[in-house]
Amino acid sequence: MKTAVVVFPGSNREGDMARALKQATGREPTMLWHADHELPAGTDLVVLPGGFSYGDYLRCGAIAGRAAIMDAVRAHATRGGLVLGVCNGFQILCESGLLPGVLMRNANLRFVCRMQHLKVERNDTAFTRHYARGQTIEVCIAHGEGNYEADDATIERLEGEGLVAFRYCDSAGNVGGDANPNGSRNDIAGIYSEKRNVLGLMPHPENLIDPLVGGTDGRALFESLASAA
Amino acid sequence: MSATEPAVTPDLAAAHGLKPDEYARILKLIGRTPSFTELGIFSAMWNEHCSYKSSRIHLRKLPTKAPWVIRGPGENAGVIDIGDGDACVFKMESHNHPSFIEPYQGAATGVGGILRDVFTMGARPIACLNLLRFGRSTHPKTRQLVAGVVAGIGNYGNSFGVPTVGGSTEFDASYDGNILVNAMAVGLARTDSIFYSAAAGVGNPIVYLGSKTGRDGIHGATMASASFEEDAEEKRPTVQVGDPFSEKLLLEACLELMASGAVIAIQDMGAAGLTSSAVEMGAKGNLGIELDLDAVPCREEGMTAYEMMLSESQERMLMVLKPELEKQAEAIFRKWGLDFAIVGKTTDTLRFVVKHRGEVKADLPIKELGDEAPLYDRPWTQTPQQTASDPGSIKAPFSNRDALLKLLATPNLCSKRWVWEQYDHLILGNSVRPPGGDAAVVRVKEGPKGLALTTDVTARYCAADPYEGGKQAVAESWRNITARGATPLALTDNLNFGNPERPEYMGQFVGCLQGIGEAARALDFPIVSGNVSLYNETQGAGILPTPAIGGVGVIADVSKAAQTGFAREGDTILLIGQTKGWLGQSAYAHDLCGRADGAPPPVDLAAERRNGDLVRRLILSGRVSAAHDISDGGLAVALAEMALAGDMGAEITHLPEGLRRAALFGEDQARYLVTVAQGEAAAVMKECAEAGAPVQAVGRVGGDALILPGEAPILLTELREGHESPLPAFMGGDDNAFSGAFPTEVS
Repeated sequence: MKTAVVVFPGSNREGDMARALKQATGREPTMLWHADHELPAGTDLVVLPGGFSYGDYLRCGAIAGRAAIMDAVRAHATRGGLVLGVCNGFQILCESGLLPGVLMRNANLRFVCRMQHLKVERNDTAFTRHYARGQTIEVCIAHGEGNYEADDATIERLEGEGLVAFRYCDSAGNVGGDANPNGSRNDIAGIYSEKRNVLGLMPHPENLIDPLVGGTDGRALFESLASAA
Repeated sequence: MSATEPAVTPDLAAAHGLKPDEYARILKLIGRTPSFTELGIFSAMWNEHCSYKSSRIHLRKLPTKAPWVIRGPGENAGVIDIGDGDACVFKMESHNHPSFIEPYQGAATGVGGILRDVFTMGARPIACLNLLRFGRSTHPKTRQLVAGVVAGIGNYGNSFGVPTVGGSTEFDASYDGNILVNAMAVGLARTDSIFYSAAAGVGNPIVYLGSKTGRDGIHGATMASASFEEDAEEKRPTVQVGDPFSEKLLLEACLELMASGAVIAIQDMGAAGLTSSAVEMGAKGNLGIELDLDAVPCREEGMTAYEMMLSESQERMLMVLKPELEKQAEAIFRKWGLDFAIVGKTTDTLRFVVKHRGEVKADLPIKELGDEAPLYDRPWTQTPQQTASDPGSIKAPFSNRDALLKLLATPNLCSKRWVWEQYDHLILGNSVRPPGGDAAVVRVKEGPKGLALTTDVTARYCAADPYEGGKQAVAESWRNITARGATPLALTDNLNFGNPERPEYMGQFVGCLQGIGEAARALDFPIVSGNVSLYNETQGAGILPTPAIGGVGVIADVSKAAQTGFAREGDTILLIGQTKGWLGQSAYAHDLCGRADGAPPPVDLAAERRNGDLVRRLILSGRVSAAHDISDGGLAVALAEMALAGDMGAEITHLPEGLRRAALFGEDQARYLVTVAQGEAAAVMKECAEAGAPVQAVGRVGGDALILPGEAPILLTELREGHESPLPAFMGGDDNAFSGAFPTEVS
């Protein structure tokens, strides 16, 4: 598994992501600069990490979605290559047209960082095969704009085609209600592209890979990817 | 002299915050009337914030050395050796006045400034903390200030990408018109690559890096050196605007540049901007500095020399570079999209020369600008000693059970989750002990080593007895680090006080510093950096004396760091340290009984050391399943916090002798709670006795309730609701969210 992490000016979880990828794959990812135009040959997985790309003073991810490197990322996705976007990376995927919908400000208008339970909707994808279907996992969130929204037709399509990857739930696995930290539609925490080779999610599985630091529920996502290629 | 510049007169000097004798000193020093730009430079260098003119003679008495101290006060931040070639670089700084005027930007730029202080020294920031003090919850501005400050701190740290792992947020009427926003940053460097501010070599280029200069923050440091009158809000234009994105780029570019070997000296542009940074670099290096302001990147058209020299625009750095590596350095900055401009050079004249559009705007002796700043031994009066309160006279009209529930719902002791959940405290993946317990514990890189970090002060103790209060602030910091199993190494202080020209406030300052010095010496916990914030008063009323202490300790293996929460059913709860039942100045007396009188608990530094060293040893021996220091709210609140953190109840069966409420709520110092397996309890207690530390088994962990002796059980669900709900409810608009029978009045 050959991986690459895109660093935009203002990215800040690229190191956390590199650590998780190395732990799962045994290899350091290539760090790509936003102004690069090509992925290294043979890249299996491209990751857009968390952060505040270009300061996110415009809509989150809006500038990054148009960065030079994104043409290469789009081409990679079109070829069926794997793309993972976490937090700001998810926002960038939506802005770049690789995923539908938009991430709006959290319903309570506050940034939120806390541990968060998620329900794994399906385990037959390259990202989730090391989880059980319907499993409740505990990872963390850290975002101010994670409130997923799309038009009704899009939501219907996402639901109908099984493209919802994760939903916010409580420790007992009950989806929604107070467990939804940001007001996202249908408690959506992450979604797949049509071919399920692109995943965008707000929570940070890369921060949950160590028993000393919160737990290891994020590991299976990277182990799934490591065994995918 | 340009025709548009005002003539310099004694009145204009006074308008710049310079006292008549200070202006006379300037005239004598340079032998002529200063130019307008020069007057601005003097006002920037000689205000309280930059010159420490009221505090210097007292600060000199603080202990600042230890074998592990690499650099003490006087640089951008303190540096200590944490082993294995690693250095920890840290400092705390205030942004009180700007945050009151414009809470979001004021707090945000406070965080930005302290982060810059740390990475200026070549360290990558790994954690932030803060200490916040707001006015009464009933004050009309408090809610808006809390919301703005928390969002500002959060936004800056979150975007910059450093976890905010700890802090302290409290409320008191004395801060109604003058809140405190103290931010601390902690960074990591290698001991052999620390960067300093002293310039070296004649004729070397002085390089301006980072964001452009605008008109924001002009006279910020002067504002921070004056008291607030009713016109505080008119000062909004003096508050700077923060850009964490630029700062993040500046961090990466600076660290890359430092690694390239091009940097001779570096100084961030903080308070008093270009003036202070340039003078400091030259004066420390025994060199003159010549600046050509035509080269300064400006954000706005037509800026004057005066404005450029006094701007406090954020995210800017000044460096002295090796001339042969200039091009390489410029390429690094261009890559990060940042401004890079050669704005001057070092000289051998010991003059500070500022040129603009072909004119010399300032020509001043560089050493004297700093060295000849006024130095005052302000008159001070000793704070009157208070007698110890009779614990029997301090009784709230509630059962002990209800008193505990009420205490946990007061503004000061309620859960601050609403605050720290707005801070990204998990980024970087090393937060082994996140906020919500004693010291935060952050792993150093891949470990196993870690740092324990905490901010503390009990201002009501300092008000009642500055000396004991100063000791207590240091002791509590030391204790919080110890309660994780870490060894306290050094501290940074942020000394927030009222107007030093008033003898009673100066007396508080002097007393607190004596106590801080004494405790720091006794506990081998030297002061390596700090900041003094005076004139914290509004319309004549000073704040509670608030010497915030930011402590740093090290633990060799973070997997051994103790947790706060109860961990195992059946464990025995041990109370270590002597309980006399000291209720004077306790949270119980203050918040439930409305009592502001009485002496605070005395701090026995020998007992602190003995008990703390013992607790640390017990934790590192692996026999302690949970540990917590006992502070505000006493034994009862400490037990409740352990129960909530572990989601596990406890039954308390034995209390220290004497009045039960005094045993539960007294705030005797040098005490800890630890839990051990039942089978180990006897052996551990024997070890305590051998160490000379008083110890008592007070109860057992288990169940879904906290049961105090002779009281109905408090279900954890009720305890949690009572503790967690007040602050979110208050911020949501509920004016009756907090308990506390008596809103605190200024004592």
